[in-house]
Amino acid sequence: MSKHLISIHDFSKEEILKVLSLASKFEERKSDPIFSDKVVASLFFEPSTRTRLSFETAANRLGARIIGFSDAVNTSVTKGETLKDTIKMVSNYADLIIIRHPLEGSARYASEVSSVPVINAGDGANQHPSQTLLDLYSILKTQGRLDNLNINIVGDLKYGRTVHSLMQAMSHFKPHFRFTAPKELRMPEEYKEQLKINGIPFDESERLEDGIENMDIVYMTRVQRERFTDAIEYERVKNVYSLKNEMLDFAKPNMKILHPLPRINEIHQDVDNSNHAYYFEQAGNGVYTRMAIIKMLLDKIDI
Amino acid sequence: MSPMEKHLKVSAIKDGTVLDHIPANQLFKVIDILGLSKITNQITFGTNLDSKLLGKKAIIKIADKFFEDNDINRIALIAPQAKINIIHDFQVVEKKVLSVPSTIKGIAKCMNPACITNHQDVETSFATISDSPELKLLCKYCEKVTDEKNLKIISNN
Ligand SMILES: [Zn+2]
Repeated sequence: MSKHLISIHDFSKEEILKVLSLASKFEERKSDPIFSDKVVASLFFEPSTRTRLSFETAANRLGARIIGFSDAVNTSVTKGETLKDTIKMVSNYADLIIIRHPLEGSARYASEVSSVPVINAGDGANQHPSQTLLDLYSILKTQGRLDNLNINIVGDLKYGRTVHSLMQAMSHFKPHFRFTAPKELRMPEEYKEQLKINGIPFDESERLEDGIENMDIVYMTRVQRERFTDAIEYERVKNVYSLKNEMLDFAKPNMKILHPLPRINEIHQDVDNSNHAYYFEQAGNGVYTRMAIIKMLLDKIDI
Repeated sequence: MSPMEKHLKVSAIKDGTVLDHIPANQLFKVIDILGLSKITNQITFGTNLDSKLLGKKAIIKIADKFFEDNDINRIALIAPQAKINIIHDFQVVEKKVLSVPSTIKGIAKCMNPACITNHQDVETSFATISDSPELKLLCKYCEKVTDEKNLKIISNN
């Protein structure tokens, strides 16, 4: 039984499927105030409005009350309080803690000192497991299955935390991957090695336009300026990895485009009205997925 | 060097543990990891002794001290070729070969500068994912790998 949600690596295939099935039940019901006697602490040591609103909406739809902060600037943390002390204190107030923290491993550590369940809402560049679960939920919902899908992952494959977690979680379901990235941001060898060990086929390309036709999912990610030492190279890459409506002419009817948001110009606005665009619904799915996670941890469901 | 000369370099012990074939430059780290500066047993050291295998080696003899495998294996991180001899009545009664423990707490530093263990008072904890040809440790917290060439030992002092 999982007491906390810290890393997608802690989840087996069966556990992932259980969370997704619970999420679909919440999608049917929208609100389900089963936790009106519970207090959820939302501790954002660095701001992330999108993630915080999604979690707090999920907690509200379950009827729970929320305490916390959206940024550590005006808290005792800036006065040098250790993470341990903050968590020890808050776990005496709340029934569940949601934590976002810039240091990697902070959520794992918080789960060790907390007396209540902890959800990792992002620990630096390490893990963001609720994002991965909502991505899987979106894939399952649009494709009707998770097994044997063709998935093209595009953009920053070197540093992208979302990408690595998604790839590892999808590896339970016999995917065929395509990795589309400029050579500076290619998928690291250690991850490719892992795929080979698990017998999961993949190919690599620098050309986005070649990787649309046979795909079930095209997962776009942001290419960040700070990854490039050369500003001209950044401008070039930014424009090459931009998905436009005209590129979708030969896409399969079931193909969906996902993006963890916010986007810069990886997806042109003219794609938004296409039947293939799914990134805004994907964000909405985050609420149901997070309701499922909260319920699972507060109920101590044996998953 | 005659056997007699060699024998005199570091005096024999009646009962206890002899740690031989420690790379000379790792001697003080071994002392640190095993906490030898904090025990009251009689200890003799020799260092910068000639060694075919290591160039310069160190040797430690600790009277009346017998380590648990878990404890002694902690030095495998920095002195994997070390030989452990258990002495009873001036005789070697057992020889132990080190193996890297499957989990390592304390001892090593995580090489990831953004890891919580490098910012707050959190004891490091690793799973050994490979011990040869190259040692690789997976950090329980940040989930990053620290490899042998980036391995730094935390000093107890
Ligand atoms: Zn670490």
